[in-house]
Amino acid sequence: MKVIRGTVYVVKDDIDTDQIIPAEFLNLVPTIPEEYAKLGSYALCGLPASYPPFVRPGALKAEYPIIIAGRNFGCGSSREHAPVCLGAAGVKAVVAESYARIFFRNAIATGELYPFETPLRLCDIFKTGDEMEIHVEDSKIIHLPTGKSFSLKDLGAVAPVVEAGGIFPYARKAGIIK
Amino acid sequence: MGMTITEKILARAAGKRVIGPGDNVWVEVDILLTHDVCGPGTIGVFQREFGATAKVWDPSKVVIIPDHYIFTADVKAHRNVDTLRTFVAEQSLPYFYDPGTSNYKGVCHVALPAEGHVRPGEVIFGTDSHTCTHGALGAFATGIGNTDAGFIMGTGKLLIKVPKSMRFQVNGAVPPYIMGKDIILKIIGDVGFDGASYCAMEFTGEAIHQLSIEERMTICNMAIEAGGKNGIIAPDEKTFEYVRARTSKPFEAVYSDPDAVYESDRTYDAATLEPCVAEPHVPSNYALARERTHVKLDRAYIGSCTGGKITDFIAAARILKGQKVTIPTFLVPATVEVAEALIKTQLDGVSLVEIFAAAGCDDIAPPSCAACLGGPADTYGRTSGKEVVISTTNRNFPGRMGSKLSRIYLASPLTVAASAIRGHITDPREFM
Ligand code: SF4
Repeated sequence: MKVIRGTVYVVKDDIDTDQIIPAEFLNLVPTIPEEYAKLGSYALCGLPASYPPFVRPGALKAEYPIIIAGRNFGCGSSREHAPVCLGAAGVKAVVAESYARIFFRNAIATGELYPFETPLRLCDIFKTGDEMEIHVEDSKIIHLPTGKSFSLKDLGAVAPVVEAGGIFPYARKAGIIK
Repeated sequence: MGMTITEKILARAAGKRVIGPGDNVWVEVDILLTHDVCGPGTIGVFQREFGATAKVWDPSKVVIIPDHYIFTADVKAHRNVDTLRTFVAEQSLPYFYDPGTSNYKGVCHVALPAEGHVRPGEVIFGTDSHTCTHGALGAFATGIGNTDAGFIMGTGKLLIKVPKSMRFQVNGAVPPYIMGKDIILKIIGDVGFDGASYCAMEFTGEAIHQLSIEERMTICNMAIEAGGKNGIIAPDEKTFEYVRARTSKPFEAVYSDPDAVYESDRTYDAATLEPCVAEPHVPSNYALARERTHVKLDRAYIGSCTGGKITDFIAAARILKGQKVTIPTFLVPATVEVAEALIKTQLDGVSLVEIFAAAGCDDIAPPSCAACLGGPADTYGRTSGKEVVISTTNRNFPGRMGSKLSRIYLASPLTVAASAIRGHITDPREFM
């Protein structure tokens, strides 16, 4: 069974792609390995100063494999740098109330992370640093200190694509492309 | 049951007679657009997945328009344009608008239709969220990421979900002080920043068809600012005239059936609209310009795919003629064609360039995206501190124009010009 476990980083509504990866870093090309890693170090650095740093200064990766967000996560630009920088920073899943369409699609196409949707506004319940566990197949997230479990929306056809590593490996496995 | 214009275009591209919202269909792509920011990554995906020597599915359908980081000393930005040049040469792509050559154009969404690459009824994907602009000519157009674009490069197809359609009918005559920007900011304010998520936004009504193609582009451009998948306006005589002047490629116009089904229907009367702004930090923060006159400004900016077209500069010049700006006013024409038109176009015998110079605006910058999205530190017009900016661009997110501390108000070029004169947000009717 696939389990994602670790500390969560919590953000609120309308986190747009300029906050996820500011435009000045779009000169980095995600398919070049060193630049992919570098993108991770800038993940979420465009958030207002009221948020704690997502990636520590000098580090390439974040300590948070799970992001919990409010509505409309990833709105704005179509830059694939957004899900890519989160994946490069070590994020395995985002749990948001809703997503902007292109971010959601890019997260799946790249296979960088699982874009879970939550019917409950978890970003008001949990705090950055809480220890949590996502059970991917069971579509639930568990708050480890209390053992409380919350159901997430079933990912449906999305899960196997992310599991395979994105649309290309998935399409090959499924025989859609050679 | 009838179909909407969006459903009909997708049905045809999918080789099906009938499709409906929620259906997942493989569509044949007519145009794939990319630029310097997402092009190199798209090429990276394409070569990784299809092989270093693979050929794109159809060279005549790939259009590459570098525009984002052009006038900068940033080394990686130049490397990225070089990556495009190498790829274009290897693949013999006919449509590449290379910076530093006479073929350079500028902002991709203004150049794409101007160069005849947008035709009614076609399916256009671009690695840029404002690809939805091209629905203004009756095409289906939407933004995608590098991985999807790499897939299209190799196969010419994409699997997409057919969106539900929301209809926005704008009736009546458009007053001279109202622009496409005021119409779309009003609509985004009403439905909310994510109110059209996953939906097609279809704009109809006599007011919409009264607008020029450029003004319709302003409206469709910002569909994404309500989360829309695409914005679309049925083609009319103005569309056909615009398209036929630019391409001889045949096309087939498509229209919504009278019994098409809409997710929602909203009606507006253009005559009751007033000049407005979107306050920081989301485009749905709608407010009337006349109710925000207490907002003092540090800077005015006219440019981008939304607000840097020739019609935008003509509107601004109408207000600025014979006036003086009191805050730094930056002018960035979207494309070379627009920059040239600033010299040729006259109001009462005076060219736009002269009007802006006499009003004390900054010298006209070379065409590109410039500070619309911040960009590298040396980008023209980029904010670096707590500047309060009024801008004709389309996004006012924190840090969008550079500094996280600056505050951006979005408005029509008429409102931006009037505000530049007073130094605070101003309703353009004061100068009309
Ligand atoms: S002008 Fe601005 S919104 Fe338009 S393509 Fe360039 S960066 Fe994007």
